[in-house]
Amino acid sequence: MSNTMSARSNGGPRPEGMGGAEPGAERSSNWEAVIGIECHVELKTASKMFCGCPNAFGGEPNTRVCPVCLALPGALPVPNAQAIEHLIRAGLAFGASIPAHSKFDRKNYFYPDMPKNYQISQYDMPITQGGIVHYWLEDGTRGECRLTRIHLEEDTGKSTHASADGRLAGATSSLVDFNRAGVPLMECVGEPDIRSADEAVAFLETLARTFRELGVSDVKMEEGSLRCDANVSVRLRGASEYGTKAEIKNMNSFRSVRRAIASEIERQIAVLEGGGRVIQETRGWDEAAGTTHSQRSKEQAHDYRYFPDPDLVPMDITIDDVERLRATLGETPYVRYAKYVDEWKIDSKRATQLADDRALAAFFERAVAASGNPLGTLAFVLGDLSRLANESGTHVADGKATPDALAELVALVQSGAINSKAAKSVLDTLWNDGGSAKAIVEREGLAQVSDRGAVAAIVDEVLAANAKSVADYRGGKTNVLGFLTGAVMKASRGKANPSLVGELLKEKLDA
Amino acid sequence: MTDPVRDSAIAIARAVNAREASAAEIAETMIPHVARADAELDAYLELTPELMRAHAARVDARIAAGETLPLAGVPLAIKDNMCVTGTTTTAGSKILEHFIAPYTATAVQRLLDAGALPIGKTNLDEFAMGSSGENSALKRTRNPYDHERVPGGSSAGSAAAVGGFEATVSLGSDTGGSIREPAAFCNAVGFKPTYGRVSRYGLIAFASSLDQIGPFARSVEDAALVYDVMGGHDPLDATSVDRPLEPSAPHLRDDLRGVRVGIVKEFATSDLGAEIDACYRQAYADLEALGAELVEVELPTAKYGLATYYLIAPAECSSNLARFDGVRYGLRVDAADVGEMYEATRAAGFGPEVKRRILIGTYALSSGYYDAYYVKAQKARTRIAEDFARAFERCDVIASPAASSPAFGFNAKTDPVAMYLMDYYTIPVSLAGLPSLSVPCGAVVPDGGSRPMPMGLQLATPLFTERALLGYAHAYERATRHADRLTPRTMEMEGSMSLRAPSGNRA
Repeated sequence: MSNTMSARSNGGPRPEGMGGAEPGAERSSNWEAVIGIECHVELKTASKMFCGCPNAFGGEPNTRVCPVCLALPGALPVPNAQAIEHLIRAGLAFGASIPAHSKFDRKNYFYPDMPKNYQISQYDMPITQGGIVHYWLEDGTRGECRLTRIHLEEDTGKSTHASADGRLAGATSSLVDFNRAGVPLMECVGEPDIRSADEAVAFLETLARTFRELGVSDVKMEEGSLRCDANVSVRLRGASEYGTKAEIKNMNSFRSVRRAIASEIERQIAVLEGGGRVIQETRGWDEAAGTTHSQRSKEQAHDYRYFPDPDLVPMDITIDDVERLRATLGETPYVRYAKYVDEWKIDSKRATQLADDRALAAFFERAVAASGNPLGTLAFVLGDLSRLANESGTHVADGKATPDALAELVALVQSGAINSKAAKSVLDTLWNDGGSAKAIVEREGLAQVSDRGAVAAIVDEVLAANAKSVADYRGGKTNVLGFLTGAVMKASRGKANPSLVGELLKEKLDA
Repeated sequence: MTDPVRDSAIAIARAVNAREASAAEIAETMIPHVARADAELDAYLELTPELMRAHAARVDARIAAGETLPLAGVPLAIKDNMCVTGTTTTAGSKILEHFIAPYTATAVQRLLDAGALPIGKTNLDEFAMGSSGENSALKRTRNPYDHERVPGGSSAGSAAAVGGFEATVSLGSDTGGSIREPAAFCNAVGFKPTYGRVSRYGLIAFASSLDQIGPFARSVEDAALVYDVMGGHDPLDATSVDRPLEPSAPHLRDDLRGVRVGIVKEFATSDLGAEIDACYRQAYADLEALGAELVEVELPTAKYGLATYYLIAPAECSSNLARFDGVRYGLRVDAADVGEMYEATRAAGFGPEVKRRILIGTYALSSGYYDAYYVKAQKARTRIAEDFARAFERCDVIASPAASSPAFGFNAKTDPVAMYLMDYYTIPVSLAGLPSLSVPCGAVVPDGGSRPMPMGLQLATPLFTERALLGYAHAYERATRHADRLTPRTMEMEGSMSLRAPSGNRA
């Protein structure tokens, strides 16, 4: 979508000089980048967009095809209701509006892996309009980018060119696999609200984690289920006009997106500072060279001759449909992230871990509801509990340790009833056998000994048995304190309150 | 006992269901008859005797098992823009000359499931674009009533096959008149149901928003029977209407008492020549004699029908025909790269009329012209439909000529626009999506001809009123019986074939 589409409103918090890791030169210069992202995301549906063929990745070429997705003469498309629902939910998750009327259009152009030589897409009446993507960067800074729209279309097949490097140039023949032809795609079109490569990636990551959580897409970049284009231009900081943009096509990893945009920003600044002019064109990204290169100028752009697809009747989407779908959404990853950071004072990195994993977050929140101690609970959830889950190849939420039991454990630690060593042992038992933390502590006698007299008696015993260490200490070698502390803990079979042990040792040694 | 060449579909199905005749016997009678007669007429692009025999055997087995099939043993011809598994499906084009369909169109499948016997695939104007049959890239079908004249188009072969007694019923497709006009030329009943009533799945698209499959028959009753079997919702066609189909066959009527027949002011026949004018005046008088009340109605925007149609239909066709590119099936002309391959394939594969319409449509949809042409045409289409809706406040059915003249000679119309004018009366009805049919209404001896040629009366009714429409047409047909007054040339030459009497042990 063009940078000139609509002027950027002064929308929301926009940190200055964001993205500490950004290698781009724009931070230190007088230039500001203006970036608009468009991405295509394959939807996760049982069947293809307009026929009953299975929607799956890979497989023997041309095995998941039928008259409809091969565009055999006479075949007709029938829309996939699940794909339409996915799209509505995706839009609603970002606050998009869902117009009551929508339709499919044909986008006409010839391409060997596009069976009909037109793509069924949406032109002027997309299923969703507007919306805002709130995103955050690794360092915790946040931003937002308006969405123009998310619309529904179908994917093409895939060509393999029989040439040395797999490119079309020099190929003597081409092979086409139509397994992917007709897979439902949503095209997310962002407004030019993004100002750095890091922000672009953060925006895409937020889209990806949200779509994954909604179950509308697996967002597997390695399988091409998220493909991204970026419109990049630069202008002098403070300028209101947009610069001339270049469109970088088909980046298929977050790493490529970050590097390609950063490289393109630098290129444009160098062109402008050298007195040159940026030309409007499409540029490809060369991963190996780390640079973008000119593909074709926009003057050669297609006339797609969009018109309403006469094989498909217009769609009416009722308020009831929209509300039914809205009810399935739940909290978005961003809302969760913001709650953890702002209200629960969790650091950005760990909040991101929770934001990325709805089941983990749900487990965590249930435990917090019972314990009232977010940070204490989080330490277990992201620490030992996650380790146990990883070791057994399962998920925290699938173990025998319930959120209530975890909350009990947190409370036991917080009150000093058990020490951290004992807590680890209790957690192991909870994970393997389930049950209540209190019961395990009682059964295994793990309660911390905080009784002054009892601990003092052990300290006395240990000091008596280690006369040489006592002498060393009093002679100035205070580093024997660690050894003596360990000896007391051992003598108490790990249950003595460690701080009380330290206190009593010093008291008696210094006496 | 039945004569599968001359009998109606109703009579044949009744006889086969009653085991008075077998489907196998019908097939064995029709196969040599059609082979012989079609050497004259060239209605068929492909005859499918083995398929016909296989279906006949299946029908006989099902009847023996106690089933009753509405179209048991009825010989059926299928326009060659409908896919039938294992048959070449050419759309009358070089680009699909050797394409063998791997699936069967819904409408055809429903007829076959109901017991119809597929005789073969019939000739047509390339991709159903034309009004004479002369645009077929593969064959020249003759008019059964004068072999020097065209059968009409685009459903040339399907009309000629039924009019020439080479099929009991046939399927055509109508986009702007492609069933009604050739039906009129070939002395047949040709019926275009409401848009969306019959599935288009498996029909090679010309203009998706207008295309509709419909039957040809030698009587309204037979047309109604075929329609009742193949109509109704199809989940494979998103434009197919999900609304119950009221069976029309049991509701055919014998008079027109209480029916208001609209005669369109703008469709005056006085300009068509004295003989043709007289023919239609008589037809309207006959309707009145059956008890109808004639009322004049106005369709002020109907005169924009042709212009509107020749923007919308080419626009859709330019997109629909893009898939014929040599990549996956059909003709491929090899070239240096894929772009040149497309060009060479399409240049060699499409005929001049198809290319003309692709160019018009591409132009009409291109940026800068879209609003001026395509959008404006869509607005005009809405106005035309509104005109019809207003007219139907004053009448129940609109009567008009089905075509501007009887069948003309080969190569008589070289100007494309003169050819387009043949569909002057049918196109507005198509733009409005209305159900409409042509029923024989007499004959005139055309200029330069010596034999009387059939004429067709077009009747059109509001959306989804097929049952009423067929009822009116049936009443008119019963009272006038114009079709019976003409005999096709092939029948004159060879006389009729008839089945041997069933063997004695048959019930």
